[in-house]
Amino acid sequence: MVAITNTGLVARPLHPLQAILLAFPFPLFLGALLSDLAYTASFHVQWANFSSWLIAGGLFFGAFALLWAFVDLFRVAVPRRTRQAVYFLALLVMWGLGFVNALVHAKDAWASMPEGLYLSAGTALLACIAAWMGYSRCKLGEAA
Amino acid sequence: MKRRTMSVGLAALALSACDEAPGEVQRGPNPNLPEPRRGLLPVMTIPRPAGWGNDLPVVPQGYTIQAIATDLRIPRQTLILPNGDILVAEGSGGHAPPLRPKDFIAGFIKKLGRSSVAGGNRLTLLRDANGDGIYETRGIFASGLDAPYGLALVNGGIHVANQNALVRFDYVDGQTEAAGPPRTITRLPSAINHHWTKALTASPDGRFLYVGIGSNSNITERGMDAEVDRAMVWEIDAQTGAHRPYATGLRNPTALTIHPDTGQLWAVVNERDEIGPDLVPDYLTSVREGGFYGWPYSYWGQNVDIRAQPQDPEKVASAIVPDFSLGAHVAALGVAFSTPAMGASFAEGVFVGQHGSWNRTPPSGYRVIFVPFRNGRPAGDPIDFVSGFLNAEGNARGRPVGVTVDPRGALIVADDLTNTIWRVTATSPRLAASPSG
Repeated sequence: MVAITNTGLVARPLHPLQAILLAFPFPLFLGALLSDLAYTASFHVQWANFSSWLIAGGLFFGAFALLWAFVDLFRVAVPRRTRQAVYFLALLVMWGLGFVNALVHAKDAWASMPEGLYLSAGTALLACIAAWMGYSRCKLGEAA
Repeated sequence: MKRRTMSVGLAALALSACDEAPGEVQRGPNPNLPEPRRGLLPVMTIPRPAGWGNDLPVVPQGYTIQAIATDLRIPRQTLILPNGDILVAEGSGGHAPPLRPKDFIAGFIKKLGRSSVAGGNRLTLLRDANGDGIYETRGIFASGLDAPYGLALVNGGIHVANQNALVRFDYVDGQTEAAGPPRTITRLPSAINHHWTKALTASPDGRFLYVGIGSNSNITERGMDAEVDRAMVWEIDAQTGAHRPYATGLRNPTALTIHPDTGQLWAVVNERDEIGPDLVPDYLTSVREGGFYGWPYSYWGQNVDIRAQPQDPEKVASAIVPDFSLGAHVAALGVAFSTPAMGASFAEGVFVGQHGSWNRTPPSGYRVIFVPFRNGRPAGDPIDFVSGFLNAEGNARGRPVGVTVDPRGALIVADDLTNTIWRVTATSPRLAASPSG
């Protein structure tokens, strides 16, 4: 099947580098959520340390994915702009929530809980949505 | 004008920033304890080093202050020897690795408020041979130590609490240099060493040495395993090195001393951060044998700190309320009982050196205070004894650490920002009246 928009433009898949960048946030933020769950279950503070670094990693790569999505806002054809805007927005809120989560996780010991757990869950969900949207742009059988 | 005070407490981000009441810290036996709170960012106000220029610290009317040694290498605590010589412990310890992204950032910011000089890891000896108040001779008593901090002279030996061991140098009056390497009395807990300063004092009969060992974290964020043998005062047999916990739950007992009349052990203790500008007060307290003082489960008695999990209600119930609040975040690092030779107004009580805050706006501490005593207990409001460590712009000209009382009537203050030893003496009426005074 050829992905052709109603204006006749081919939907271009993600650039491989953008795809690689977008591959980071969801697993890292999901990892943070799982670490937080382990911390709440065990009170073992090393899990909280893992979460802090996983969130930092998600933010680092997420920032580049976000930047790329922003630039693409002006590069995609007009009819695809709404969808691109939603994708950008999902990444933006994910990053904002992730940043707040990083600050919450910088609190000492149990002070990061339970807010950190809720924020980790929200961030992971948004990362999943953003990845879904980003990757669903890639269609098979694309023709020039 | 360039604002040199580093303030990180953005109102936009810190949910609770900028609403702390300005003014004095809560001092005395019954401090008002607000609810714990913290914004998204911890308040970090780091007064930047400004130097003294031609200024001097401010002392009460009738007293003078002068620098008796400069260009030291991070002076912390001092010891007055029987012949009047002053021994200065110089060093910087701790090897806590950054564990979280936060540790890198906070570590960088806190460093802005410190001296850039490397710690000396040595003991410097200062001598005023003719008693004119000028310490004309200066030499190295011992070097190659590991962040020496607490000092005590007892049983014919100078005892030094390094960050990793309690050691002893044999000493005879007038000696200016150690005869050889020290003998280790006992190793001290030093893994990580988040709070590395090992305070030291000796029982009046010389039988026991007391060492203060700080916690390995602010509030257990390095895990409870790291807190074994931490946040306590050890009682150590001076002969054998055998030791036992004397009192526990003392987050960071940074200076210890013995009351000259009662023989009671007293300590200044630095309490936890990041739950508000007025929490938790650092304190001055008598240290009861076998007593538990709250850390990490609670503060100022039974006020539970939920950050320490799992909680321990039994320990909380047993927590002793400290004797006297010095104010939150003042960072008390020095304590010394006075003597009548210090003058009538300051004859009975204790001097406390306060290094100064980072986790508070406006900053607190940055001074040496005097807490009056009567019948062996604090009695009355503290008085500033040495102040002026913050200038009008809020930058730090110096930061006081250890305080020691010279029985001949002088207070010795170590300043680890400007690497200076200050000496405060009563001005005799004759000198005060002279034009050159």
